[in-house]
Amino acid sequence: MIEQKIVKVGMADLNVISESGLIRTTGLGSCVGVTLYEPSLKIAGMAHVMLPTSDIAREGQLNIAKYADTAIPELLARLLAMGASRSRLVAKMAGGSQMFAFGGKNDTMRIGPRNTESCKAKLLELGIPLLAEDSGGNYGRTIELECSTGVLFIRSVQMGAKEL
Amino acid sequence: MDAFRYFKEFKMDVLKEVGNIGAGNAATALSRLLDKPIDMGVPKVEILPFEQVADIVGGAEQIVVAIFLRVEGEAPGNLFFILNPEAAKNLLRRLKGIDIGQNDSFNEMEISALNEIGNILAGSYLSSLADFTKLSMSPTVPSLAIDMAGAILSYGLLQYGEMGDDALLIDTKFLEGTQEIEGQFFLIPDPASFAKIFESLGVPLEND
Repeated sequence: MIEQKIVKVGMADLNVISESGLIRTTGLGSCVGVTLYEPSLKIAGMAHVMLPTSDIAREGQLNIAKYADTAIPELLARLLAMGASRSRLVAKMAGGSQMFAFGGKNDTMRIGPRNTESCKAKLLELGIPLLAEDSGGNYGRTIELECSTGVLFIRSVQMGAKEL
Repeated sequence: MDAFRYFKEFKMDVLKEVGNIGAGNAATALSRLLDKPIDMGVPKVEILPFEQVADIVGGAEQIVVAIFLRVEGEAPGNLFFILNPEAAKNLLRRLKGIDIGQNDSFNEMEISALNEIGNILAGSYLSSLADFTKLSMSPTVPSLAIDMAGAILSYGLLQYGEMGDDALLIDTKFLEGTQEIEGQFFLIPDPASFAKIFESLGVPLEND
């Protein structure tokens, strides 16, 4: 068996892959995994978004991979720099669940749905069509995008596997 | 990370003691529940990159049973009691009057029992901590999840997400002899809570 290239994306991290192999992030809960794909060149990018907006950031040096409003433009810029055609780019995403169910007054409790909304808004603003999503629920997901096909594989403990 | 610049060894020791007191009380509660002596590891205080937090329980995709509650009050934070599914089954088997299924999944009764165990342990952890620090700390209703460790624990890191890419957690292991009842407590105080905790214990904050 030929060993497949796997590019890993950590939490609050982003990365790109070209030609073949998989780009993967594990254990998405309220975080959202956003992928951008350029089918003609077979290049893809993935971000593991943790928080909806960088407005709330209080950190010294901003980690742009962490926030929906900064991670997606950065992914776009990276893919364009690799020669991607902006008009061919498509997006898929998964995650944004609510792992624990209680209706606390704390806004953090709703962070999953807010992450999802924020990612969608940013994609819309950038004019990148969202082809498919698997978001919400109350369970964790691991996702992998196959670079040669653009298929997004999703695994979860409770709901099994699916592909988008 | 800036917020942790001031964490000298002495402060780590103070936080270890905080973990020790909380977990000690929880261990006592568990040993009463099971009518067995329960040992406890020495608490660890760790400043970890987000990416590595789930590694403490076997990696981001490791399936764990987690009881989570939010700590509200003067020193807010997140508290997790985490077991591997096998340890959770072993724990349930030791409780009288519960009908334990033979398969790997958890039935309604088992989940309810685990929730209650988590409730008792987390409650005793927290109440001793509140006594010790004289800070008001009240738990929310606990919530249980059986899922990937990464998905579960990342929830406890959100408050840190706004400040950086590391979190500070107090981690204590439970052991019961050679038997496989092993669980872990994670207390992840909100970043702003440290000053409160140190202040309440008379630990000077400035110039170190």
